[in-house]
Order: sequence, then C-alpha cells, then structure tokens
Amino acid sequence: MNRNYAPAPVAGAQQQATAPRAHRARGASHRYWGFVAPALVAYGAFVLWPIVQTVRYSFTNWDGVTRATWAGTSNYRTVFTNGQLLGVIGHSFQLIAYFSVIPIVLGLAVATVMRRVVSSRMSSVARVVLFLPQVVPLVAAGIAWNWMLSTTGAVDQILQKVGLGSLAHSWLGDFSTALPAVGVIGAWVLLGLCIVLLLAGMTKIDVSLYEAAQLDGAGPVREFWSVTLPGIRQELGVCVTVTVIAALSAFDIVYISTQGGPGTSTMVPGLEIYQLAFYNRQMGLASALAVVLMLLVLVCILPIQWYVRRGSDR
Amino acid sequence: MIVDRRNAVVGWLLLAVLMVVTLLPFASMFTSALFPSGSYPIGISWPADPHWGNFIAAFKAADMGVMLESSVLIVLGVVPISVLIATLAGFAIGHLRVRGGQIAFVLFLVGLTLPLEGVIVPLYYEVRSFGLLGSRWAIILPLIGLFMPFAVYWMRAHFVTAPSELSEAARVDGASTWQLFWRIHVPLARPALTSLAILLSVWTWNQFLLAIVLVDNPTNRTMAGALGAFQGQWGTDIPLLNAGSLLILAPTLLLFLAFQRHFVTALLQGSLKG
Repeated sequence: MNRNYAPAPVAGAQQQATAPRAHRARGASHRYWGFVAPALVAYGAFVLWPIVQTVRYSFTNWDGVTRATWAGTSNYRTVFTNGQLLGVIGHSFQLIAYFSVIPIVLGLAVATVMRRVVSSRMSSVARVVLFLPQVVPLVAAGIAWNWMLSTTGAVDQILQKVGLGSLAHSWLGDFSTALPAVGVIGAWVLLGLCIVLLLAGMTKIDVSLYEAAQLDGAGPVREFWSVTLPGIRQELGVCVTVTVIAALSAFDIVYISTQGGPGTSTMVPGLEIYQLAFYNRQMGLASALAVVLMLLVLVCILPIQWYVRRGSDR
Repeated sequence: MIVDRRNAVVGWLLLAVLMVVTLLPFASMFTSALFPSGSYPIGISWPADPHWGNFIAAFKAADMGVMLESSVLIVLGVVPISVLIATLAGFAIGHLRVRGGQIAFVLFLVGLTLPLEGVIVPLYYEVRSFGLLGSRWAIILPLIGLFMPFAVYWMRAHFVTAPSELSEAARVDGASTWQLFWRIHVPLARPALTSLAILLSVWTWNQFLLAIVLVDNPTNRTMAGALGAFQGQWGTDIPLLNAGSLLILAPTLLLFLAFQRHFVTALLQGSLKG
C-alpha cells in the first residue's frame, strides 16, 4: 500500500525500491497466456458472458419459457417512470446513509479519540468482537436482528427498561421504521470493519505531523481536517467503497428480515430483480433493473476511487 | 498527558459500548434459544429452566450433519481451484508481464465492483443449460468465475512486488517457467495464498443468493443458504430458530476464533486491496 500524504523522503525512497514497475520484463511473450487462460475462461463464462446476456435480455420481453420478443427500450422506460421501481432505487440511496454514514462517522470518532492511546494496545479481544459481524453470514445477522427488533425482542425490552416504552413497537413491521431498521442492521455489520480500518490508518500517521500542527497552533478540529483526514485518505476510501457497494447491492439482510415489506417500504434493487425474475417471470424488466444497478454502482464507486487514487502511485 | 488519559477513558468507553452492541444480538439469540420450544421468550432473559435439549432438537431438525458436509464439499470445490488459477494468472500478469496482460487485468478489474444480482438471471439459465441446477456444481462453478476479479487482483498485487532477480538467477540455472513458478514463487507467496484462501472460504460458506436461486434442496447448499431454508421452515418457533441459527454459526465462529489473527489480517488487507 503506497501512501502519498506524507512528504517523508524515506517512504518515497522505499516506494521506488520495492516497485520495479518501470522495468518492463525481457521480451514479454505471448507464450505465457497459457497461465492467464484458465482464470480468463472461468471469468468469461460466469461473469463477462452473463453481463452481456443481461444487457441482451434487458431489451426483450421474456417470461423465461416461451420465445423472447424484442422490446426496444421499453423496459428501461418502465424502470425510470414506474413510481414503485424508482422508489426501490431511492431506498438503496437511503440505505447508504445507514450503511456508510453511521459506521464511518462512529468509526472516525472512536479512532480519533483512541488514536494516541491505543496504537499498540488495540486489544485482540476488541478486534475479534468487532469483526464478528464480518465473519458470520449476513443471513444470520438478519435472523438475529429480526428477533432483536420484534415486539418481544431485546430492543423494545431495553426501551421499556429505560422508560421509553412508548417507542417500543415492531420496528421491521412498521412502514415508517422498517427501512431505517434494515439500515441499522447494515450499520451493525459494517461498523467493526470501519473502526478497525480507520484506526489502523490513523496509527500509521507520522506523529511529527501532529506535533508540527500543534506548533502552528492548530486546535483539535483543525488537526483533524488538516492532518488526520488526509492521512487516512486511502482507508477512508476503502470504507466508503465497501459500504456503498454493500448498501446498493443489499440482498441477504432484506430477504431475511423483511422480504421487502411491509408493502414495498424496504424493497431494494437486488431483491426486486430476484422477485421480478423468479416470481413474476419478467426477465426483461428484471434485467433492465440489473443493468441500471450495475451502472449505478459504477457511477457511485468510480469517482470515489478516482479521488482516493488521484496522485497516488496505484 | 491528562488529555491523553481522558481521551483513553472516553475512547475505551465508546469502544466498550460498541462491543456490547456488537455482541447483543448473539446474546439475545443464545438466551432465547434456551426457552421451551414454541414458547415466546422476551428479549434477553434467562429462562427458569434452560432447555439445552433445543440444540439437539435443532441439530436434528436442520439436518446439520448433511449441511456441514455439503458446505465443506462446496468450499473444497471452489477454493483450491480458484486460488490455483488466480495465482497462475496473477503470476503471468504481475511477474512475467505477458504481452497484453494489462488488457486482461483491466478486464478483471471491471468485475471487481459487480453486484451479483446483476448477473443472477443469465447465470440461472446458463447453469440450467449445463443441466447442473440443484447440484453443488451450480454453486461451485459460478463462484469460481465470480471470485476471479478479486483473486487475480490480489495475486497480481503480490507478484508485482516479487523480486525479479530471483527469477533471473533461476533462469541462469536453467529453470523452466513452470519450475520457476512452483519451486520459487509459490513458496514465497504463501502468506498471500493463505489470506486469499481464508477470504474465499468465508465468502463461499456465506454465499446466499446463488444458493437460493440455483439449488432448491437445502442439503446441497452452502451454510448460509441452508440457514435461509431453516428460517423459512422454523421462522415462528423462536427458541428453535435461534438454537438452529447458532448451531449453523458455530463452525464459522470456532474457525474464526482459532485463526482470528489470520482472519482479521486477511479481511483488512482484502478490503484495502479490493
């Protein structure tokens, strides 16, 4: 991982020494394509070809059984004019607020406070605990939170204990709270990853940069914006990328906890594609939504990657 | 110093709260799993008479033995092949610098952010045309392809920094490219290979969408897919559902605790590189 925030000459020298990329290997030959071929075949067969097929299906009307008929762009027009489908896309943007913003803000807060004290003492217990949600299947997270958020679950129990019993209700069953509740599940899953990543990034920042900032009379806020944030640009970029992809392509959690309900209040593109294709047998419309989803992810991720890698070596 | 100490206290408190929040769902599952099957426990509370037998009942109801076997078979089908072919490709692109390798690399990068839902419809018809629907191959083959972008990216990143002097020395000694790969570069790549194998195993074990779309029978699915079916069947019996879910989680949790250092490192590196 090459980082370029620090003007430290040592880092620069190392970078040159360990990256012999300028050197183009001796007469690189076509013979070695044999090494690449197996991976390329697997990738082509189960990723590239299906992508092409999705695009093809998206221009047809097809029930999956009888012959498909040409549909032109009508499926896309449906995606962009049908209120319900637009709402589905809107939901995934709302989920970004929970999946990305909550874990990153909390992660930044914890990491900033702990930066100096914890460098070597971030106990392995804390890391293991915070990483648990990354290891268990999302399905299990869905089942656990489905139970936590039910009327007899722990969340309502705690609310009643602290005298907020009036708030207690079925969080996932209520039109107005279901989507935020799904968002909270996602935040729970991604929180640990963000904390550990951001903390790792902050402990790598050269302490002398903070000392210099303090000599210049910078307060904690100024310090955060001028030293910490530039220093963790890469880790922050990773957190944003991972969490935004998780939000836009959410499926497992929603499938288990709400099935998109009540009504369509928690329906997300991934689940909508699944239902359109395998329940409603509208392969064309499902594929058009799939194409839109794939492009949406690219449109959201590319600027982030561009920003993170701008000027950096990679 | 005083500020530092106050920071430490605030930081640890915040961290402690977040750790409790992380563990709460597991604790709630555990306590409610001990209530009599079919009853309605409340949140987190210890039953007067813990029904440890629920775990045995859930083990039988979920057909755990068969599911474990199925998941292990799927992991064994996916991970060794994926690691092998990704290592070969990463070696050729990153170290041998095969002509046109950059084009192949960019092609792989395209798939790095791909949401699986984007290709699930054609995957279904493709797997059906192979006559593999419902078998474990329906999960194994697509997963190998789907893992390629990350796996090749990962191995290339390793081989780009592998010292070329070693290869040159070996060539002078008359080693073929194949010997160069197996005798020198694969042993050197062991840490990268281990991390990759761990990541792919976890992702295979937890794969859900492929399992529910391509395999109807839970006994041919991954653990996550089987858990989905288990919820469908026992969703209303909260103690039994929680007991079964915990059982299905148990192997992953045990492996994670046993290899936690590897896991955390691999996941951190994995997200940094991906």
